[in-house]
Amino acid sequence: MDKTRRDFLTATVTAAGAAVTHDLAHAQDQDHGHSHQIVPSDPALRVKSLESLLVEKGLVDRAALDALVDGYEHKIGPRNGARVVARAWIDPSYKKRLLADATSAIAEFGFFNQQGERIVALENTSKIHNLVVCTLCSCYPWPVLGLPPVWYKSAPYRSRAVIDPRGVLREFDLELPEDVEVRVWDSTAEVRYIVLPERPPGSEKMNEQELAALVTRDAMIGVKKVTLTQAQGAT
Amino acid sequence: MNGIHDMGGMQDMGPIQHEKNEPVFHARWEGRVRALGNAMAAWRKWNLDTDRFEGELIPPAEYLRYSYYERAFAVLVALVVKHGLVKPPEAETGVRVEGSPKATPALTTAGVLHVLTTGVVSTRDVAVAPQFKVSQRIRTRNVNPIGHTRLPRYARGKIGTIERDYGVFVFPDTNAEFLGEKPQHVYSVRFAARELWGEQAKPQDAVYLDLWDDYLEPA
Repeated sequence: MDKTRRDFLTATVTAAGAAVTHDLAHAQDQDHGHSHQIVPSDPALRVKSLESLLVEKGLVDRAALDALVDGYEHKIGPRNGARVVARAWIDPSYKKRLLADATSAIAEFGFFNQQGERIVALENTSKIHNLVVCTLCSCYPWPVLGLPPVWYKSAPYRSRAVIDPRGVLREFDLELPEDVEVRVWDSTAEVRYIVLPERPPGSEKMNEQELAALVTRDAMIGVKKVTLTQAQGAT
Repeated sequence: MNGIHDMGGMQDMGPIQHEKNEPVFHARWEGRVRALGNAMAAWRKWNLDTDRFEGELIPPAEYLRYSYYERAFAVLVALVVKHGLVKPPEAETGVRVEGSPKATPALTTAGVLHVLTTGVVSTRDVAVAPQFKVSQRIRTRNVNPIGHTRLPRYARGKIGTIERDYGVFVFPDTNAEFLGEKPQHVYSVRFAARELWGEQAKPQDAVYLDLWDDYLEPA
């Protein structure tokens, strides 16, 4: 067996000399383009070696791994959540169902199994602003938003969202009026939260599909509002 | 455990690094770690709470230095060894021990959709009486367990109000260490921001946590 494969697990188990990509360096680099180059080859090789070992032992099926990665990249994601939000904006009875029992209302779209985690929808209004965080780890509503972005899982957001939500929102260029009530939801259990943002003014004539295209991931976490101009991909 | 993972309320962690058009995975290995975690969890040698607790056992300096998927990888390696799916010599060398049993994968492509759309089912369909009622005032227990807990430090010994009863769920503190599921009610509990943070918080703001019966006492 080659040297890489021999060495990989020892390095991980002892946690010594491990990779140098902490969250900050990781994210900063991304601001300037591609992060792939700064991620050391070390973790890539060690993960590859573990996968080979587990395949050889018959513990994992490589085709299932491929299907999982494909699912995370293409089947779940914030476009699902955006469809839910747009439906709630145009259909008052759907909105009512969503706010009363989001698990069932979301299951109507078929990309979520009702037997799974409980999902709760939180309505933002001109008087109440909801914001979702997981201070203890990285809990996030996968079926409707996909996997969480790096910042959501990182120390700056996890630490400050509960103690200084208005300051956190300012970092996302969202300044809330003094009299708005801010509600922060710390996902400490197996209930997952999605924010139903306010429908933006000027969108009255848009159809469901056009509305869904406006809805961003960040608005469904509660760190941004939906506007007519900000829709940029899924973020 | 009062570990570094329990970050709520800390203040010196730097600015939030928002990335435009962020990819789902930043490198191929990150996706493989995510998938390997799912595939190995399908062996049911451990549960979601065990997995989280293992992450909390990463020493604080490393916890902060590692990226999210580096932590996930460290957790995965620790779990497969602790639970006997990979022998220590295999972990040392990365080479399969001659004569070690050859398994049949627990997760195949047929089960992948279920993993993606269902997640982990932590509710339990058993009749357990709730200890508290909606609108009731509660105080969270002032406890400092050295094991796994989902009651963050910033919310211990605090007065709150039961907003909603979510029903019966597995109790993470015992489940993480295979001490039983101890199913009990989980509530959405509202805390005034000032109860948690004092006068610097706005009087109308609030923080909601999802808390188990065992974390609460009547106020």
